[in-house]
Amino acid sequence: MSIVQIWTLVFVVITFSIYIYIAYASRVKDTAGFYIAGGGIPAPANGAAIAADWMSAASFISMAGIIALSTNGYAGSVYLMGWTGGYVLLAMLLAPYLRKFGKYTVPDFVGDRYSETARLIAVVCAIVVSFVYVAGQMAGVGVVFQRFLGVNETLGVIIGMVIVFLYAVLGGMKGITWTQVAQYSVLIVAYLIPAVAISQQLTGIPIPQVGFGQIMSDLNALQAEFGLAEYTSPFTQMNMLNMILMTATLMFGTAGLPHVIVRFYTARSVRAARFSALWALFFISLLYTTAPAVGAFSKFNILNQIPGTAVDQVPAWFQSWQDVGLITVDDLNGNGIIDVAGALGEGTELAINNDIVVLATPEIAGLPAPIVGLVAAGGLAAALSTASGLLLVISSSVANDVYFKRINPGATEARQLMVGRIAMGAAIVVAGYLGINPPGFVAQVVALAFGLGAASFFPILFLGIFWKRATAMGAAAGMAAGLVTTLAYQIWTLPIYGGSDGIFGITAASFGVVGMLINFAVTIIVSQFTPKPTETMQRVVEEVRYPGRSELVAAHATGALDDELLHGEHHDDPGRHHH
Amino acid sequence: MDADKRREYWRRNVRLMSILLTVWALVSFGAGIIFVEPLNNLTSFMGVPLGFWFAQQGSILTFLALIAIYVWRMDALDKEFGITEYEEGVHHS
Repeated sequence: MSIVQIWTLVFVVITFSIYIYIAYASRVKDTAGFYIAGGGIPAPANGAAIAADWMSAASFISMAGIIALSTNGYAGSVYLMGWTGGYVLLAMLLAPYLRKFGKYTVPDFVGDRYSETARLIAVVCAIVVSFVYVAGQMAGVGVVFQRFLGVNETLGVIIGMVIVFLYAVLGGMKGITWTQVAQYSVLIVAYLIPAVAISQQLTGIPIPQVGFGQIMSDLNALQAEFGLAEYTSPFTQMNMLNMILMTATLMFGTAGLPHVIVRFYTARSVRAARFSALWALFFISLLYTTAPAVGAFSKFNILNQIPGTAVDQVPAWFQSWQDVGLITVDDLNGNGIIDVAGALGEGTELAINNDIVVLATPEIAGLPAPIVGLVAAGGLAAALSTASGLLLVISSSVANDVYFKRINPGATEARQLMVGRIAMGAAIVVAGYLGINPPGFVAQVVALAFGLGAASFFPILFLGIFWKRATAMGAAAGMAAGLVTTLAYQIWTLPIYGGSDGIFGITAASFGVVGMLINFAVTIIVSQFTPKPTETMQRVVEEVRYPGRSELVAAHATGALDDELLHGEHHDDPGRHHH
Repeated sequence: MDADKRREYWRRNVRLMSILLTVWALVSFGAGIIFVEPLNNLTSFMGVPLGFWFAQQGSILTFLALIAIYVWRMDALDKEFGITEYEEGVHHS
C-alpha cells in the first residue's frame, strides 16, 4: 500500500465511523422523525444539510473540470449560475409556504392542494427523478474507492451501500440530516485546502476567488498559443439562446427537485425555512465560487506544463493518472512530443478526464499525502450525502404517499415506520445495482432530470401557492403536458435516440424551461374551464401565505376538515376519509 | 390579523419579491449572458473581463445578497405586522 492509500484509508475509516456514530445517536422512533426529522432542525444545520444534499459527486469531483476542459471556460457558467440561482426561487417562491403547509413529502402538498390523481403523478415523478440521480451517486462512490484505494469498483459500491443502509435506515431523516452536516464539513475542507494551496502557489494570493483574476490574461494567451478559443470568450461552445435556456432549466429544475424541497419541511419554523435557504446558498457558494478558480488554475498548469513535453518526460502526477487511464496520450504524429493544436480530448494527442482537475490538484500543488486522502474522503462525503437524501425521498414516497395514503390508511405509526425502513432498504439495493451496472444513458439522463423537475413540479407548486384558482384538473393536465413534451423533445434530440437538431437548435438539456412554460400555459387555461377549488381550499391557500400560526392550516393538515368542504363532492378519491 | 391587513402583508411581500427577482434575472441572464460581450469589452474587474466575472462569480454573490435582503426584510415585515409566533407544527394525516 502506498502512503497516499494509507492516509486515504485513515480518513475514510474516521469519517465513516463519525457518520455511523451520529446516526446511532440520533436514531428515530416515529414517522415524523423518519421523514422530516420532526421538523426540528435549526437553520444553520439545515442549511449545511441542504448544501451536502445538493452538492453531489458531480459538483465535487467533476464540475471544475467540466468548466475548464469540456466547456472551455465561459460556457461552464450555465452550471454555476443554474445550480445557485435556483435557491433564490426556492427561498422566495416555495420554501416558506411549503414549510407552513407542514407535511411530509412533495406529493403530499400536490395531493392535498389538488387531487389524488395529481398526487400519483407527483409520486411517479419523484421516484423516477430520484432513482436516476442516485444511481450516479453510487457509481461515484465506487469510482472513488477504485481510484484512491485500488479496490474493485463493485466492492466500493457495496461498502457505500452498507454505510448508507446503516445510517439512513436507523436514523431516517434525523440521522441523515445530522450526518449531512458532518459530511458538508468534510467535503468543504477537502475542497478548499488544495484550492487555497494552489492559488497561493500560482499567484501568491491565498484566496482562489481573487487569485483567479491574476492568471486569466496568461491563461487566455496560453489558450490562443495552442489554438483553443479564449477562456473568457462567450458563445464559443454554446450559443446565447441555449445558454439562457439551459441556465433557466437548471434554476427552475433546482427549485423543482423533491430532495431539495423536502429539506424545507425539516426546518424548525417558517422563519427557519427562510434562513435555511440563506445558509444553504452560503455554504454552496463557498464551493461554487471556488470551483471556477480551481478549473482555471488547473487548465493553466496543464497548458503550461504538458504541451511540447516529450511523451516519456511528463511530470510524476501526470504519469500516475495516465496509469489509471484518466489521462490518455496518443502521439499521433509520432514525433515523441505531446502536441496540442486547436483541441483537446478524444481524437487528439492529449485527452484529460474532467475529474482530474479536482483529483490531481493536491499533487500538482505538491501537497502532502494526507491532503490527497482528505480529497478522497471529501468525494465520498459528497456522493453519500446526496445518495441518502434521494433515498429518503424514494422511501417516503413509497411508505407515506403510496402505502399509508392509498393502500392502508389505518396503519399504525410503528407499521408505517417499518414500511419506510423496508422501502429504504429496497431502494438502496436497487440504487446499488444501478450503480454497479449503470445503464448507458445514465449520464445523459441525470442532466435531463433537471428539465423534468422544471417541467413537472415547479409550475404546479408555484401556482398552488400564488394562484388560489388553480384547479386540480388544471394541475394534473399541466404536469402531464410539461412532462410529456419535455420527455418527447429530449428523446427526439438526444444522439442515442433520434439525434435531431430540434427546434431553433435547442438542445435536450435546455428544453426543460420550455416544457415549464407549456405546463404553466396548460394549467392556467384548463383552470379557467374546470371546477374552481372550494371556498375552504382557497382559504387554506390564503392562510399558507402567512408565517404565523393558524388554526385552519393545522385543522386541514390533521385531517379534521371535512373533505367535501376541501375538495368538493366530485373528488376523485373514495378512500380519503380515513380519520 | 384581519383581512385588510393580510392583503397588505401579501401585497408588500409580492412587491419585495418582484424587485429582488428582477435583479436576479438582470444579473444572471442580463449581465452574465445577454450583455456579456459589451461588459467584457467595457472593463475588467479583479483581473477578469466584467461579463465573465458576473457569469462565474458576481451572479452567485448577488444571489446570496438577494436572499439575505429577502430574509431581513421579511423579518422586519413580520415584526411590523405583529407576527411573533411562527408556525412550527408538522402534520400527518
